[in-house]
Amino acid sequence: MRAFWALLVRDLKSASRAGGSLTTLLAFYLSLGVILPIAIGPDKPLLASLGPALIWTGVLLSSLLGLDRIFVADHEDGSLAAFRHSRLSLSTISFVKLIVHWLTTALPLIVLTPVMGVLLTIDLQTLLSVMLTLLLGTPAIAALSLVAAALSVSLKRGAVIAPILVMPLAIPAVIFGVGAAKPLLGAGQAETALLYLSAMSLVFVAFAPFAAALALRLSQE
Amino acid sequence: MTDQSETISSNWFSQLAHPGMFMRWSAYLIWPLGLLSIVLFAVGLWFAFFHSPADYQMGETVRIMYVHVPNAWLSQFCYGLMAVSAVGTLVWRHPMADVSMKAAAPLGAAFTAMALVTGSLWGRPTWGTFWEWDGRMTSTLILFLIYLGLIALWRTFEDQLRAAKVVAVLTLVGAVNIPIIKFSVDWWNTLHQPSTFFRADGPKAPASIITPLLTMTLAFTVLFLLLHLLRMRTEVTKRKADRLEHLKIARQQKGA
Repeated sequence: MRAFWALLVRDLKSASRAGGSLTTLLAFYLSLGVILPIAIGPDKPLLASLGPALIWTGVLLSSLLGLDRIFVADHEDGSLAAFRHSRLSLSTISFVKLIVHWLTTALPLIVLTPVMGVLLTIDLQTLLSVMLTLLLGTPAIAALSLVAAALSVSLKRGAVIAPILVMPLAIPAVIFGVGAAKPLLGAGQAETALLYLSAMSLVFVAFAPFAAALALRLSQE
Repeated sequence: MTDQSETISSNWFSQLAHPGMFMRWSAYLIWPLGLLSIVLFAVGLWFAFFHSPADYQMGETVRIMYVHVPNAWLSQFCYGLMAVSAVGTLVWRHPMADVSMKAAAPLGAAFTAMALVTGSLWGRPTWGTFWEWDGRMTSTLILFLIYLGLIALWRTFEDQLRAAKVVAVLTLVGAVNIPIIKFSVDWWNTLHQPSTFFRADGPKAPASIITPLLTMTLAFTVLFLLLHLLRMRTEVTKRKADRLEHLKIARQQKGA
């Protein structure tokens, strides 16, 4: 357990000290918040009704941007090879990576979402429900990203291919996430979507570390 | 007793799956499979064109079904085959399972694309649109994207033995996900449009429709098996050639 915390703290520290990547992430997310309304036009009711869908798309694309950071640095400096002989199992290490990835990618995006809400002119009620669905749904996206990052860690073009692998698999999360945030639906249906979304996140977070550990082991053989 | 029979069957299987043996027995299958698929296509098309009724609503366009349904079936059958091969790769680490998985991926993508294209050609005269965000069509499109992702992943690796294991993990992750995707898309679709007036499984199909449909499905399946076998043979030969190339280079370096 001490090793678990030590690794978590180490990764958080190195993520915060590396700098730059967080700024890039948030700048990308904000640029989407500018590009999309410009492309759609300054039609406030239209923007507001598209709001949850645009925010979810934005979060998905932005979180794919940071995907190659999950394992690449550890692969390049040899830490990943050392981890294979550590007392922590590779699955546990992958789980730590998942937590760190969520904390450094999904959480900042969710925190910035109110600004997106202002740009897309959605009302407070919708904004709060979008943030709730993001909070419940992003763990699933992070889990898929973890597996894709593990699959592509030793590849030169890994950063290009991993998003292509994640996107089709992330579609259910987007469907339930946007579905639960739509204000026009009946309360029962939104609740159903919210439950499915949470179930997906739980299942993916439970299984992803094992799949990622398997992929890491196989791609290093 | 059980142990003995198990070793016999594993011997029998490992002999069949040994690359050299595979090349030998599969050579005898190419021509029969090819002839069988030609005959089945001839019979199936004859039934489809001359011995099945035109639909009272859709008219002659209903005959697209005899091409569309087999392709849609193969798009899923092929993923099943790949998932089984992926288990073979990860559990038994058998090189022929890798070869089978690699040979199937582009075929799966091609049959899925055919299902989508014939579906949209059929949709134009009957629904009045090339594309409808209908549950089945959407999940078939997502399946197509998954196939493309798998093919792309195969191509980024130089070492095909390592690629096989990594792709196998993704294939199984996809296999777990496909039911979830299917379910979510159906849920999403009922959210937008309650039901489509048209259903592919149709109301009480008579024998005049069932016969050509089954024959064509069989014909396409035999064609798929033939192409899969051919691609597997090509892959085995390619790997042999690559190995010889490496040996040649190694010898030259030694000589120099």
